[in-house]
Amino acid sequence: MPLCLCGDIPLKLQRKHILGLQEMSAEEINLVLDTAANFKEVLARPIRKVPALRGKTVCTLFFEPSTRTRASFEMAAKILSADTSSLTVAASSVTKGETLKDTVLTMQAMGVDCFVIRHPQSGAPEMATRYVRGHILNAGDGCHEHPTQGLLDLLTIREAKGPIENLRVTIIGDLLHSRVARSDFWGLQKLGAKVTLCGPDTLLPPEFDKYGACLKTNCDAAIEGADVVMLLRLQNERMDGIYLPSVREYAALYGMNARRLKRAKPDAIVMHPGPINRGVEISNEVADGERNVILEQVTNGVAVRMALLYLLLGGEE
Amino acid sequence: MDEADITRALKRIAHEIVERNRGARDLVIVGVPTRGVPLAERIATQISQIENYHTPTGALDVTLYRDDYGTRQAIPQSTKINFSITGKTVVLVDDVLFTGRTVRSALNALNDLGRPAAVQLAVLIDRGHRELPIRADFVGKNVPTARNENVTVRVKETDREDIVRVEKL
Repeated sequence: MPLCLCGDIPLKLQRKHILGLQEMSAEEINLVLDTAANFKEVLARPIRKVPALRGKTVCTLFFEPSTRTRASFEMAAKILSADTSSLTVAASSVTKGETLKDTVLTMQAMGVDCFVIRHPQSGAPEMATRYVRGHILNAGDGCHEHPTQGLLDLLTIREAKGPIENLRVTIIGDLLHSRVARSDFWGLQKLGAKVTLCGPDTLLPPEFDKYGACLKTNCDAAIEGADVVMLLRLQNERMDGIYLPSVREYAALYGMNARRLKRAKPDAIVMHPGPINRGVEISNEVADGERNVILEQVTNGVAVRMALLYLLLGGEE
Repeated sequence: MDEADITRALKRIAHEIVERNRGARDLVIVGVPTRGVPLAERIATQISQIENYHTPTGALDVTLYRDDYGTRQAIPQSTKINFSITGKTVVLVDDVLFTGRTVRSALNALNDLGRPAAVQLAVLIDRGHRELPIRADFVGKNVPTARNENVTVRVKETDREDIVRVEKL
């Protein structure tokens, strides 16, 4: 084998699966972000294809609807020349009663190297790691984590604001049900940001306090002096009871509009993981305004997923 | 090789490139990271002094095109080529030519960026032991080595010194 002559640093993720940011170290997170930042150049090329993962197969297994995460994973895999196969659960044997275990074992028997799993049940991707030889990438599980969204948010913040350490980040919305908020919180925490979580009492889990977040129910106070304002969608599909008097009241108290945004720093950015509900958590003027980086988040999503696929699958025979 | 040797070799390579291509008009110089990039810049500086013409330089990452990432994974660097290579004569620059596999991946990477009129290869050190039918057009120094030896090139831009060493592993 050729010797290493050009001084490349042989770095690797020291894990087989990506289940959440809570278990990842700051070094690992930075490795992914640095790799993703370099991959953005590939996205800008006239020919957006490199042969790095030729012969690898990535299977997306989505037990919940999704536009951007699934499309983004598939695009990332294809740019790296991996083959993709996607199972739409509504049209698969899951409707005939096949379990997650049997579904992944079946797909593994066809030669899948990496599964991308989204599931309404927290912990489903972790359970799948017990059955498969390949890699598992969590694409969102219940109210637990959505690590790729967390990483792409970190990359977007880093690009807009520089080093994340000591930045003031305010996350507003349905924190109780949001896996995005959890991943963002862990990632920001590890990289040293000051995180404020804000939402109505019913949607603001007090446990976050233990981990060093600042909890606020008053939205105006929470935004004061923020570098980054991150908005979340109300997860109606996960609300099994009455959490809010009305959506209109929520929009009035927590919806982001231009007037409210003035309380943040003048150069603050507005983020949203999508899908956005205009007129609820975000007003039209903010959603179409110059300070939002919502579409940058989407582009960075492809780069982050390329980085993860490359770091997990790239070093294998 | 010490600093003076390296400077002389790069100067000669610059002259040879200009001579072979009858000037520098359609030339672009592309370095392969890490050490190839500063070497490419130095050659371009020399060429601009000889010909009084600025040759565009860039960096070409080949990590994603390698055939050996199974054994040595590296973090890809960004390719920085802010000019079209189509119709140009591309001079690829690397520090050490060994098996030829890096050059093979560089040729594939170039292919995805455009269609050069010609590709030439300049290396500071040719240490032999090719595994592919690839040869350099411009060589700073031929250094016969054993396979179990390691050739280390250090350059000021990344390593604070200019030196080439052959070491037994």
